[in-house]
Amino acid sequence: MIHRDLGLTDEEYKAIQDRLGRDPSYTELAMYSVMWSEHCSYKSSRVHLRNLPTEGPHILVGPGEGAGIIEVAPGKAVAFKIESHNHPSFVEPVNGAATGVGGIVRDILSMGARPIALLDSLRFGPLDEARTRYLVDGVVHGISSYGNSIGVPTVGGEVVFEDCYAENPLVNVACLGVIDTKLMNGKATGPGNAVILIGSSTGRDGIGGASVLASAEFDDESHEKRPSVQVGDPFTEKLLIEACLELIREDLLVGFQDLGAGGISCPISEMTAKAGTGMTVRLDAVHLREPQMEPFEIMISESQERMMAVVEPGNVQRVLDICKKWGLHAGVVGRVDDGDAVKVVDGAGETIADVPAVSLADEGPVYERPYERPGWIDEIQAADPGDKEPPDLAQAFLDVLASPNVADKSWVWEQYDHMIFLGTVQGPGGDAAVIRLPDSDVAVAITADGHGRYCYLDPYEGARSAVVEAALNVACTGARPLAVTNCLNFGNPEKPDVMWQFAQAVEGIGDACKALGTPVTGGNVSFYNETSGRPIFPTPVIGMIGVLDRPDAAVGSALSGDGDVLLLLGDTDPADLGGSEFASRVHGVIAGRPPKVDLADARDMIDLLVEVAGSLSSAHDCSHGGVAISLAESAIAGGRGFDCDLPADHRFLFSESPARVVVSCAPDNARQVAEAAEKRGVTVQQIGTVGGTELRFGGFTVSLENAKHVAAHSLADALAGPTIAS
Amino acid sequence: MNPRVGVVVFPGSNCDLDAQKAFRDLGADVVSVWHDEETLPEVDVVVLPGGFAHGDYLRTGAIARFSPIMDAVRSFADAGGLLIGICNGFQILCEAGLLPGALRKNAGLKFLCKWVDLRVENASTPFTNAASPGDVLRIPINHFEGNWYAEPDVLDELKANDQIVLRYVDNPNGSLDDVAGICNPERNVFGLMPHPERACEALLGSTDGAVILRSILASSPSLVSAP
Repeated sequence: MIHRDLGLTDEEYKAIQDRLGRDPSYTELAMYSVMWSEHCSYKSSRVHLRNLPTEGPHILVGPGEGAGIIEVAPGKAVAFKIESHNHPSFVEPVNGAATGVGGIVRDILSMGARPIALLDSLRFGPLDEARTRYLVDGVVHGISSYGNSIGVPTVGGEVVFEDCYAENPLVNVACLGVIDTKLMNGKATGPGNAVILIGSSTGRDGIGGASVLASAEFDDESHEKRPSVQVGDPFTEKLLIEACLELIREDLLVGFQDLGAGGISCPISEMTAKAGTGMTVRLDAVHLREPQMEPFEIMISESQERMMAVVEPGNVQRVLDICKKWGLHAGVVGRVDDGDAVKVVDGAGETIADVPAVSLADEGPVYERPYERPGWIDEIQAADPGDKEPPDLAQAFLDVLASPNVADKSWVWEQYDHMIFLGTVQGPGGDAAVIRLPDSDVAVAITADGHGRYCYLDPYEGARSAVVEAALNVACTGARPLAVTNCLNFGNPEKPDVMWQFAQAVEGIGDACKALGTPVTGGNVSFYNETSGRPIFPTPVIGMIGVLDRPDAAVGSALSGDGDVLLLLGDTDPADLGGSEFASRVHGVIAGRPPKVDLADARDMIDLLVEVAGSLSSAHDCSHGGVAISLAESAIAGGRGFDCDLPADHRFLFSESPARVVVSCAPDNARQVAEAAEKRGVTVQQIGTVGGTELRFGGFTVSLENAKHVAAHSLADALAGPTIAS
Repeated sequence: MNPRVGVVVFPGSNCDLDAQKAFRDLGADVVSVWHDEETLPEVDVVVLPGGFAHGDYLRTGAIARFSPIMDAVRSFADAGGLLIGICNGFQILCEAGLLPGALRKNAGLKFLCKWVDLRVENASTPFTNAASPGDVLRIPINHFEGNWYAEPDVLDELKANDQIVLRYVDNPNGSLDDVAGICNPERNVFGLMPHPERACEALLGSTDGAVILRSILASSPSLVSAP
């Protein structure tokens, strides 16, 4: 029953036998096991993902390629994609996170784009556990050491702490690239063309990463899977980026793809399936890290920092020379054939695999897994949402401010180079990062947001909220949201309640993206995020990109002018405390119904923010912690206080009603902003003025100094505790 | 004639393009020089940029000092040419013995990317003469190994010769005597951990780095000898 050890079911094995009309060889079986894995084939998610909107006027390339391509200005295209590296990061945090960065960077590179920015969306368990601190430290170090070394700035993201991620942290990494000279494709066209493998040698690391590690639940023995985690070498990745961009600039490549999950089996089958060609690969030509590797190991090794290029015979020498200049190994490992077969030949000249390319790449199983709304959803939605009045409003404010989900995350992002490329107009810590594209006056705003708690309480509403929050974060900078990439982190899809969460969340994302006009250009699905039967909160993470007309027009979240007027845009429902940071932090409750977002309102708000950006001094959305925390964050960022007259009501102050933004502007501009809001039917409330050294909410006052101290120290202090090596 | 700046690119350098852009924006002609070359082109200034030359394997700068171009760089400096090492470039200059001391891991054992304030201690160098002594420059750091150290007698000598050019106002990395940047006794070789090329545009947060870059360009032979 070797196929079961490789992660294939009996039915899947039977399907392979039927397709081939014979038993597969061991090498063939290994290739099917990775290509038909959940991670590579999307076999459980595909039927749902089909319903997402994927087309729009700015979308040049949608899902199915290395990354989505979006035209952000005439003649200026960017690549944008997010991926998960959850399981590897739990088993080995430093290398798991590092290779997560490496993998998404190669996806972007495969499109012919220079990677210019990274976002990390990280989720961990409670900080009072030593193991969490060990994971945070390792993951942040992994991202820092890899991202900094390859010279791609990490400009934003999110860090969330929640009990459900204790045994299954989430490490989602998004990358933005800008097309350098030519948009590449992953097609092995032109029979007779050479197939060149560029980069690191192929070793025994990462065997079964896609099938054994990423596509199964965790249990107590999961740490024995450590050999399935790949080891990253950022130095080689940096050389790979520069060498490959030079190859593309010199127009030497016909087709190009990265090697990630599934190892070499992936590009040889996908590139031929897309082109309608075949390919022969010679195993003895693959540059190995250690001798005596078994053929199946070579075929599915997930050794990092490798790319595959299809090259016309006349250009082969030039390609090899450029790689040599960069100190990279490159070698011809095969050729494109007529026909449709992927063939693998061993050193003795014997054919050890010979299967139709499409059977590996496109004909994997597609499951319509059963799904059912779980009974516990009704119970939890009917439960007390944690909206009781706190004993002391000022103390409740400080408690929410000190929540590691709210507090200053500079402990994390100061470890990331967030400035290289001289394009970081707004870096980490604000709503969205604003990046000026190299050698241009075009700027984009990018963000990654998820809301596991809301999705746990109502996956449909939670997913919509995540899309809206991402879009608002982008719009707060003045950028118009253009497109989405998503990373869908869920439990075991073989369980009907998990599959229901997934189906609901995908529907929510689809509805929100349609309403906001932001198509989904691709992304990644990560199932089996559970340990010993306990799934994580369903956590779709939305990567959003928008475009600004001018980089110097970007609006920040920091209060910037004494005497400025503070306006609250949008409607506040004091009942919106279900799943809120207040309920969790002050009452220890995650229950009730999450806020329900009105997509038409969200769209109006986005249009308004884009329209009035030029008149604003600051803009910051109200998310975790509501209007109270939004105001405090803007004050701390700007180093100046405010004087507001807000109701002394916790339900108003901490309500997380969606699609609300606090903006500040010069008094002379207030009227124009208010009129623009009214014209779009957006509720506008003048709530106070900027200035002073205190946060005066109306019902209570906290000194700016104290608020700053609380926000700055809570995460750093919590992380200063001892960690354990595991 | 515009000043000519050569930016050396080692495998693993990653701030070379930023340094090129910053100098070019200030009016310099810029060429990149691959580490494998054995001669430098005709330039007024040589820049060893930031990054992770040769992956920082073994020790920062330890392999880069053996790159073929380094002999030419040394001769260039010996002949009085202006040589600046930024971040990883500073580490390489120390490994090559062109500047004293060594860069250890930050005291907090964490990589640090943040804005810092630097005090100009010596404004009589070709790298700082557009500033005045005591000026405070806001320029970002971006390093794991920026904790400069030297033996006490070396430090004394540096102080006696006024070779400490920049000090941190609020020491971020444990660097001895708050040292952020030093020069050689002849004042034509300068190394600093902060990244002046990242602080040359108001849009990016500061233009104080341009004070250093402008000093260098104003001191370059092409400009100085121009009629």
